[in-house]
Amino acid sequence: MLRLIANRLGLGLITLFGVSVLIFIGTEVLPGDVATAILGQSATPEAVEAIRRSLHLHDPAIVRYGRWLWNLVQGDLGASLANGRPIAQQIGPRLANTFFLAGYAAVIAVPLSIAFGIIAAMRQNGYFDRITNTATLITISMPEFFVGYVLIILLSVKLGWFPSLSMVTYKMGFGQRLFVTAMPAITLVLVVMAYMMRMTRASVVAAMSSPYVEMAILKGLPQWRIVVQHALPNAWAPIINVVALNLAYLVVGVIVVEVVFVYPGVGQLMVDAVSKRDVPVVQACGLIFASTFVGLNMLADLFAILSNPRLRHPR
Amino acid sequence: MNRRDFLRRSAALGISTALAGSMLSNVASAADKPKRGGHLLIGLNGANAGDSLDPATFTASHLQVTGLQLYNTLVEVDSGLDVRAKPSAQPSLAEKWEAKPGAKEWIFKIRKDVTFHNGKPLTAADVVYSLNHHRKPDSKSGAKSLFAPVADIKANGTHEVVITLNSGNADLPYLLADYHLGIGPEGDDFTKGIGTGAFMLENYEPGVRTLTKRNPNHFRSDRGFVDSVETIAINDPTARLNALISGSVHLINRVDPKAVLSLSRNKGVQVFEILGPSHYTFPMRCDIAPFNNKDLRLAMKFAIDRQAIIDKVLVGHGKIGNDQPIGSTDLFYANIAQRPFDPEKAKFHFKNSGHNAPVVLSVSDGAFTGAVDAAQIYQASAKKAGIDLQIDRVPADGYWDNVWMKKPWCASYWDGRPTADLMLSVVYKSDASWNETFWKRADFDKLLETARAELNVSKRKKMYYDLQQMVHEDGGEVIPMFNNTIDAGSSKVKGFVALPTNLMSGYRAPEKVWLET
Repeated sequence: MLRLIANRLGLGLITLFGVSVLIFIGTEVLPGDVATAILGQSATPEAVEAIRRSLHLHDPAIVRYGRWLWNLVQGDLGASLANGRPIAQQIGPRLANTFFLAGYAAVIAVPLSIAFGIIAAMRQNGYFDRITNTATLITISMPEFFVGYVLIILLSVKLGWFPSLSMVTYKMGFGQRLFVTAMPAITLVLVVMAYMMRMTRASVVAAMSSPYVEMAILKGLPQWRIVVQHALPNAWAPIINVVALNLAYLVVGVIVVEVVFVYPGVGQLMVDAVSKRDVPVVQACGLIFASTFVGLNMLADLFAILSNPRLRHPR
Repeated sequence: MNRRDFLRRSAALGISTALAGSMLSNVASAADKPKRGGHLLIGLNGANAGDSLDPATFTASHLQVTGLQLYNTLVEVDSGLDVRAKPSAQPSLAEKWEAKPGAKEWIFKIRKDVTFHNGKPLTAADVVYSLNHHRKPDSKSGAKSLFAPVADIKANGTHEVVITLNSGNADLPYLLADYHLGIGPEGDDFTKGIGTGAFMLENYEPGVRTLTKRNPNHFRSDRGFVDSVETIAINDPTARLNALISGSVHLINRVDPKAVLSLSRNKGVQVFEILGPSHYTFPMRCDIAPFNNKDLRLAMKFAIDRQAIIDKVLVGHGKIGNDQPIGSTDLFYANIAQRPFDPEKAKFHFKNSGHNAPVVLSVSDGAFTGAVDAAQIYQASAKKAGIDLQIDRVPADGYWDNVWMKKPWCASYWDGRPTADLMLSVVYKSDASWNETFWKRADFDKLLETARAELNVSKRKKMYYDLQQMVHEDGGEVIPMFNNTIDAGSSKVKGFVALPTNLMSGYRAPEKVWLET
């Protein structure tokens, strides 16, 4: 088991290295650099030159990448090219915001969709099944910003329950924070629930049609025991995987929701950094996103192994 | 106010009657007595996580408005509370100034009662240091080009600054009102936001928001009424509208013209709209084929249906352009006969040009919102003149780097400049860094320099007329329209006077307005 974890961690590091090279190449290929991006239309050759000189942008790409990697290995994310602030200090609060919102949405969405999925599987083709299926299909088919705007019009403009801006500040209390971020959290819940619910339902339904469940039914066990004790343990693996993917999505894919609700998360930071060609900031955000994916996938695999004795003793 | 007054005022403002109502109520409210206190919330676009408080790096609304809460400039361009007056140079940190004949040497007297947020009194040395911040060779300032004609800036005693120019410039005080030129203490690196402004920095999160509180020691008693200001970055136009309607903010900028009508139907919301110097352009490169041909340029100027573009792209919230960049709000605006949409003349000049291939226009909404739509309307009107205008759609990302001033014909915009001289100098002079049409005429340059050094207003007026006539007739710009500046606010906000110079009452709304409870 330990060897497996070490193995996966090693592979994860290699993946991250690959990601950083790809991001670097990607930002190099984009037209313009931080100097022209900062100055925009007001770029005069002298001002552009002054910025390029002071930021060492004339060095070859490989030198700049090497310098960045060397600092990173020593634990230094570097400073933003655009405003010279330390990146760690810039990302810190935003990362906390992103994890807060992702956690908030996950705490609601994961139990709810698994419970709904199980109930839907038990009442296959019943009213509950049909209604939840249709409702989640509708919310998943609409783009996030649309769901967000509909919520703003209903809950904020018409009813006045929640503020339309999710401006969190450093001195806000926990309860206040939950209140202010309720609308983006609801939007995210609506967007991710469908995947998890339908996967839970499908894999429970699949397990329910196997011979040992038929045996349990013939034995006269109550239905909840059949589902929870017999069908579910064999249905966990795909559910865990889809949950992990959705958790990762909640961290890395919420930029549109951040924009609609003006929520200061990492997604917005990365978009800002790309538009300013602020390579070290893009790199740092990219690495965070990639590690989230790698980490959650690793956890998903571990849990899948734990839930399945056959995988625990590979031949 | 009677009907005649009303019509005269709205005509003076160059705005439609439907809007005049909201603007004039704004004048009345300005006459109310200011109230102290309250927390003002402003939602502005143009913020980026890579922003910094150094005025040299300012480019967009969020920092322009934040920066002028913290910093003062030597001069302000303002019209006071009278919306009919054309804005002019008003004293701020400089209490008065004078030019030696020829406008080459200028003396600015600095106020003696001003202190910085850190308690240090303001002296001439701070002014010299702060201006040189933009002028030194390795400066990254967006205002660097403003200082190209400056030969020397030096302190004369503790409260007098002498600025010497290479050639005369009667508009120097206007240039010193530029939002980049905030004055900070000598030796400071400007990133801490220490200035003399009506508000002091509490907290700054780049790309997120700025929190400031009232400066009790501010030198002006007629500015700074609210206790604190929160300037929130809301880059998404719909999110800004939502924030205003739901009462999360008091003021927002850059309202989409298409949203003005439905926004003004909301109770408790007022729209601040004014025609300013900002305009959209389609610059043709006069230095390369095919637009090095004057007949082809004229053909394209006659082939555009400007009114159709104003009606569709700006939904009427703008004024027709006449292929020269000085707006009707400028002191030196030349009222040249409007060039009409004339397919026959366009056909005639197109034939004369001898050009018979399609004419290609490279556009993207990165140039200005609605540029692609405008190009399509242009395409349709050019077709009526028998001209095949082809649209080359290019990406918005990197537009200013790869398309603008590279392709023979593209779309562009200008926020306008405080003076006619500056607008013509930065974009139309032969050697201007932003000469987007690559139009080069020695007689134009010479007249421009003469006009700049002339202190007599009526003589200048005549010269600027000729300059605008040259651009109108021969230049490479197709200027379809001047767009209105549209801000909006809650009806609780009082004292907001829209200025043609810049959005948010010349970026200074936070210190001018007060909140009605």
